[in-house]
Amino acid sequence: MRGGATWFLAASRELHSDDPGLEIPRPGRDRRVARFVYAGVVPGSCFSGARVSRAIGSRSHFPSRPPRSSYPMRFSELKSGVHMPIKLTINNVATTVDVPPDTPLLWVLRDVLQYTGTKFGCGMGVCGACTVMINGRAVRSCITRVGSLTEDAITTIEGLSPDGQHPVQVAWEALDVPQCGYCQAGQIMSAAALLAHTPHPTDEEIDTAMSGNICRCGTYPRIRQAIHEAAEAGAAAGKQ
Amino acid sequence: MPMNRRTFLKTSALVGGGFTLGLYKVDVAGAQGPPEPELKPQAFIHIAPDGKVTIMARASESGQGMRNMLPMLIAEELDVDWKDVVVEQAELNERKYGIQFSGGSANTPMGWDPMRRVGAAGRMMLITAGAQTWGVPEAECTTQPGRVVHGGSGRSAGYGELGAKASALPAPALKSVKLKDPRDYRIIGHSQKGVDTPAIVTGKPLFGIDVTLPGMLYASIEKAPAYGGKVKSANLDEVKKLPGVRNALVIEGTVKPGPVIGWEPGMEGGVAIVADTWWQAQQARKQLKVDWDLGPAALQSSEGFAAKAAELLKSPPASTQRQYGDPDGALKGAAKVVEATYEYPFIAHVTMEPQGATAHWKDGKLEMWSSSTLPIDGRGLVARQLGIPQSDITTHMVRSGGSFGRRLQNDWLVEAAWIARQVDAPVKLLWSREDDVAHDPFRPGGTMGMKGAVDSQGKLTAWQQHFITFGDGKETTSSGGIGRDSYPAGFVPAYGLYRSMQPLTQRTGAQRAPGDNAYCWVSQGFLDEMAFAAGRDPLEFQLELLSNKQAPWKSSGEDEVGDHEPSGASALIPERFKGVLELVAEKSGWAKRAKTPGRGMGIAAWFCHLGYFAEVADVTVDADNKVTLNHVWAAGDVGSQIINPQAAESMGFGGVIEGMSHLGQEITWVGGKVQQSNFHNHPVMRMRQTPKMDVYWRKTDYAPTGLGEPTLPPVLPAITNAIFAATGKRIRTLPMQKSGFRWA
Repeated sequence: MRGGATWFLAASRELHSDDPGLEIPRPGRDRRVARFVYAGVVPGSCFSGARVSRAIGSRSHFPSRPPRSSYPMRFSELKSGVHMPIKLTINNVATTVDVPPDTPLLWVLRDVLQYTGTKFGCGMGVCGACTVMINGRAVRSCITRVGSLTEDAITTIEGLSPDGQHPVQVAWEALDVPQCGYCQAGQIMSAAALLAHTPHPTDEEIDTAMSGNICRCGTYPRIRQAIHEAAEAGAAAGKQ
Repeated sequence: MPMNRRTFLKTSALVGGGFTLGLYKVDVAGAQGPPEPELKPQAFIHIAPDGKVTIMARASESGQGMRNMLPMLIAEELDVDWKDVVVEQAELNERKYGIQFSGGSANTPMGWDPMRRVGAAGRMMLITAGAQTWGVPEAECTTQPGRVVHGGSGRSAGYGELGAKASALPAPALKSVKLKDPRDYRIIGHSQKGVDTPAIVTGKPLFGIDVTLPGMLYASIEKAPAYGGKVKSANLDEVKKLPGVRNALVIEGTVKPGPVIGWEPGMEGGVAIVADTWWQAQQARKQLKVDWDLGPAALQSSEGFAAKAAELLKSPPASTQRQYGDPDGALKGAAKVVEATYEYPFIAHVTMEPQGATAHWKDGKLEMWSSSTLPIDGRGLVARQLGIPQSDITTHMVRSGGSFGRRLQNDWLVEAAWIARQVDAPVKLLWSREDDVAHDPFRPGGTMGMKGAVDSQGKLTAWQQHFITFGDGKETTSSGGIGRDSYPAGFVPAYGLYRSMQPLTQRTGAQRAPGDNAYCWVSQGFLDEMAFAAGRDPLEFQLELLSNKQAPWKSSGEDEVGDHEPSGASALIPERFKGVLELVAEKSGWAKRAKTPGRGMGIAAWFCHLGYFAEVADVTVDADNKVTLNHVWAAGDVGSQIINPQAAESMGFGGVIEGMSHLGQEITWVGGKVQQSNFHNHPVMRMRQTPKMDVYWRKTDYAPTGLGEPTLPPVLPAITNAIFAATGKRIRTLPMQKSGFRWA
């Protein structure tokens, strides 16, 4: 047991902390980098602010893996001579993955490239949690084979804007749309794709574009309002 | 019998409707150890030298806003600006943080007093530190947000300067601290955006499914198609050779099939596949060949349940749950008698994030990343399953993509821990949506035989109900009960609640407003029928009933369900129930509602989990019986203070939309196998079906209570009553497709 120690997510830390000791791994950079940050509170000085934070090294808090030879071959090692590497362009970055071409894009994003912002909900294209943009159109990544995407521009929630300031993200935050938040990446990608092609959607157009995205918590009224606000913000930006 | 956490949960929220009021007042940690220790401000509040304040969120977050609400209470009394607060999730440590449970709309009533006192005690310690620094009496010092100020000299110091000194002081007894006058609130009552919203909208890793550890492997489990079934043999050697597969393990399973399945019945049998990626594990599952021993659950089917329910309904009830007055006599002498059978199905939770957890076994100790809403139960179950002490388990509490009661049960956590024990690497277990639907702890279905009487003045004189539920004859399946004090018990002059059961070898559990989410529909639907039979307006009919409180009833012992005092006395306050009805009637224009064919308005109200909600639905029904919900007005009374108003309104919207979904969902079995599998055949509402919604609050002089549950139940009968107003047709069987209606 670690006295007074707290584990929490890099993401929330990143948002709230300017702690100089903190390093946030970037998605896609290193698929085996820890995505959690260890933040210890010095015992007995909870009010003192003497906090230490650091990115975890895989050595310090997790065991080294047993020698690879004791396992079957790893996923990425397995395909030599079996599959051609697949070239993808994700968030304007060229990437190569070595997976069977019929692997759904969702699982390449989540488990191979560690873009975990795109979510798994149904696996059959009926809930929209896995929505990404392909060439600017909303697509369900759970039923899209990665081998079909070599010529396409793939955009995930992580790449929607460099700074989280896409008008849809701004509106979502301003209206505090999420409840549990799990479906929201997919909602945002569908909304951004809608606005890219229909800058001023009516309620009916919103219904049509967004009814493929389920929100189990029922944030639909706030989503609808946020899309209208994002549309207005986009129009205002266009006039400047 | 002393109340403890186990009995608290087992006997109230999770068995059926509502909560035992005493729950909120008892020492809930007393079950497994010494009484809950006095909470220390130092456990919750950390102040950095630069004045930044970190507040620990003790409860899990699955969308109800607990990571805002509880820290807001602390921040208010600590007297800091919310913008200077960082919220951090506490790990599981109930000795340090007190109760860490999110369910039963309980965090508001359980946290309202202690969390504010923690903040106020922290403020007092900072004042003491300032007074000592300056050598002045504490009484001459006060605070402004983030600063201690000495009135006489005008000296002041930021909290950051005083934090180290304050933390070394003894904490004052929480009971002794003074709390703010609500008129001075600067955080409570002012909408504060979700602390995780920025991370959510930019796709940062945040949820249980996003946990990623170095060298982590992924697991998927093929479970027996019938509940409690076991693996006889499986082609594990073949599966282990498939791409990426590291291991394939038979889970023997510890579930004991019987006529009633307990709250946490153990592990289901199956085969766990561990692979380099989850997709590989899923692909390997397709190659799995298992010879199952399906066990007795394979003999069960929904057709069989319906036939048995019909038979029981015709037979004398197995037990009388409650009876007063002379209901039989009143029915005989009535001007009008209405008889009706109400039926509602099993439904599944379908949280957007399917179940799963990450666990790492190392050197005989276990570390878990859990999105459980009842994490202390999860740790206990894992300890028992693995045969290790709880002190060897660390539980990190991770945000989940929805719970709705699902994550109170920790089966998926035990599975992740069990697999991690067999694998020399961290393991992330994830269920597919099909796993999630088929192996849900379902909201149990039920059948209710209703009889009601009105006299020649149009007054309700008798109410009888024969409840056909599931259980072994003594104990109902989880959430398969209704309280003996459930409304309108205690208001009708003559009342009878009778019960019969049939066995169920399926697991059930608590779904948002357990018990109430079904019984409210029956009760408020049938009351609407009685008002119609009496030729009266349903609002006026119900307001009269609420003015007619009978002699208070006390339970003879430990009553299983219902919102009541530990003595059994009902906690329902008729004035509050009436208040929300009157408010929603006013806001919806009930008195002047148009009555046109194909369009109608319905009204309903309910009290559960200490909250009161009334809702009016306005529907249009087309020639094909397709229903459009145009508008819902909701009025709620959850006490004196809406802590986070915008989030509270969102909970109101969410309750309405979830209630709409309940009207169209159904889980059925053939040969013990669940027939539904995903959102296409167990649907939830979509954007195009979303009505216009307005939520209003009636503030009353009672301590604030929660919003997770009570927003939901009344919308179901409000909608079906509106459909009756529009069409003259009563929906008495759910899902409504079985009554000939469907959502447009």
